[in-house]
Amino acid sequence: MLQRQFTLRGCDLNQTSLDPQPSLLQEGLSTAESGLSFLGGLSLFALETVRESVRRPFEGGEIIRQLAEIGWRSAPLILLSGLAVGGVLSMHTRSTLERFGAESMIPTALAFALVMETGPLVTGLLVAGRVGAGIGAALGGMRVTEQIDALESLAVNSLHYLAVTRIIACVIALPLLTVLMNFSGLLGSYLAESSIAATPFTHYFETAFSSMAFSDYVPPTLKTLVFGFIIGTTSSYLGYNATGGAEGVGRASTQSVVLSSVLLIVVNVILVRLIAFLFPVGGA
Amino acid sequence: MTTEAGALQFASVSKAFGSRAVLKNVSFSVATGTAFVLLGRSGTGKSVTLKLLCGLLKADSGVIRVNGEDITKFDSNQLSSIRMHMGFLFQSAALFDSLSVGENVAFPLRRHSKKSDEEIRHQATSLLERVGLGKEYDSMPANLSGGMQKRAGLARALAVEPSILLVDEPSAGLDPITSNEIDQLLVDIKTDQHTTLVVVTHNMQSARRLADQMAFLDQGELLAQGTVEELERSEEPLVRDFMSSQQAG
Repeated sequence: MLQRQFTLRGCDLNQTSLDPQPSLLQEGLSTAESGLSFLGGLSLFALETVRESVRRPFEGGEIIRQLAEIGWRSAPLILLSGLAVGGVLSMHTRSTLERFGAESMIPTALAFALVMETGPLVTGLLVAGRVGAGIGAALGGMRVTEQIDALESLAVNSLHYLAVTRIIACVIALPLLTVLMNFSGLLGSYLAESSIAATPFTHYFETAFSSMAFSDYVPPTLKTLVFGFIIGTTSSYLGYNATGGAEGVGRASTQSVVLSSVLLIVVNVILVRLIAFLFPVGGA
Repeated sequence: MTTEAGALQFASVSKAFGSRAVLKNVSFSVATGTAFVLLGRSGTGKSVTLKLLCGLLKADSGVIRVNGEDITKFDSNQLSSIRMHMGFLFQSAALFDSLSVGENVAFPLRRHSKKSDEEIRHQATSLLERVGLGKEYDSMPANLSGGMQKRAGLARALAVEPSILLVDEPSAGLDPITSNEIDQLLVDIKTDQHTTLVVVTHNMQSARRLADQMAFLDQGELLAQGTVEELERSEEPLVRDFMSSQQAG
């Protein structure tokens, strides 16, 4: 890898020991160059998909098929994870609030934690893992086996048919899955709580949402529209541009998960700040 | 070398990938309703030529005319309208692995025709029967042999009743009998439907069965062009060697 980068800059590592060795600075510059190149390519791809998304045909059937694949088939994973996350959060919250004699605040504290941050972020990361890998591998496989070329040869816009439909499905599915995560998380926390102290189901949920305004709930849930766009676009971009046979498909799949997750976490920081700025009462 | 207008025309076309020049100033033309076979060793730019002909790749320079229209300046919508009249059989068949064989064949009909589901299924079944796969409508591509996949790919390419059919290595990886069957199908399509064929191959037997005209590509350059007999008499030693080395085989 280093040798290739160095050769690209007109140097031959095989000459003599007096030849320049790659410095830390050169390695850093090379990594930055690759990163910027990726971000540039991804941005252009994202712009193109946005432009394509408003063009006919709207591929309703394919969007529904992808929605079932991305949304419906992720639901069991989200439901189970939500129950587990809610249960664990409940145990930690109880042990903390007990010190201050504030056990009655447990449902409210958990609801805020889940709705404001844990639910959206965990949902995003889980979907990035499951769906990002799937999209990267599916489109990568289609690219290296010439199926994308075959689509184009049949007068079908492959970007529209393959990438835009998946991105739209991700954008629609993420908020719905986040709602599922939030409620299954609260259900998990209720089950954990009810094993310690008998609490009526309705009372628990009423208490959980008693201090929460609609504006506390909506912006964090809607920010997952952006998460869906990031996951769909990044994994589609990597799969769509995969090269190098089976190894390239594997690389596209892995990179889809890693880069979608990293981008999602970084963009989340910006979105949290933006929500706090736009909805100061919510205090995100 | 002839470059007069026909169904397809390649005029001084060059294409490079990075620093590697794949095609260098290549010119040829294909008359309507004839079969043009592109010969050459592996990796000499034959498949790239096919992809340039239907706009899957962009030429670096030169003019590519399809039915008289220069497609090098076309946007994606214009290319789509040109491709409605073209079929492409890929070397690997490139069937959509998420769809059954029948749905692969039906796919272009569902996209580009207003026929009912029943009519589309009937037409797809007829196309599959034509290539000897009438009973495989519901089979998945992964469950078919290489030869069957290629025939299914041919049925899909024929679904839009193309006036131009591009075929990449029709006999690659196939036994001689299946290879003969596919060649015969291509000859029938040319004769019955007056379809223009452009076939890429390095199998001389297949080339002789199909070709009205041939061209020989080597290292991105067109070394010879003409009929089978003309290529056999070529002054280029490489062309003569290629033609004679596979004459028996």
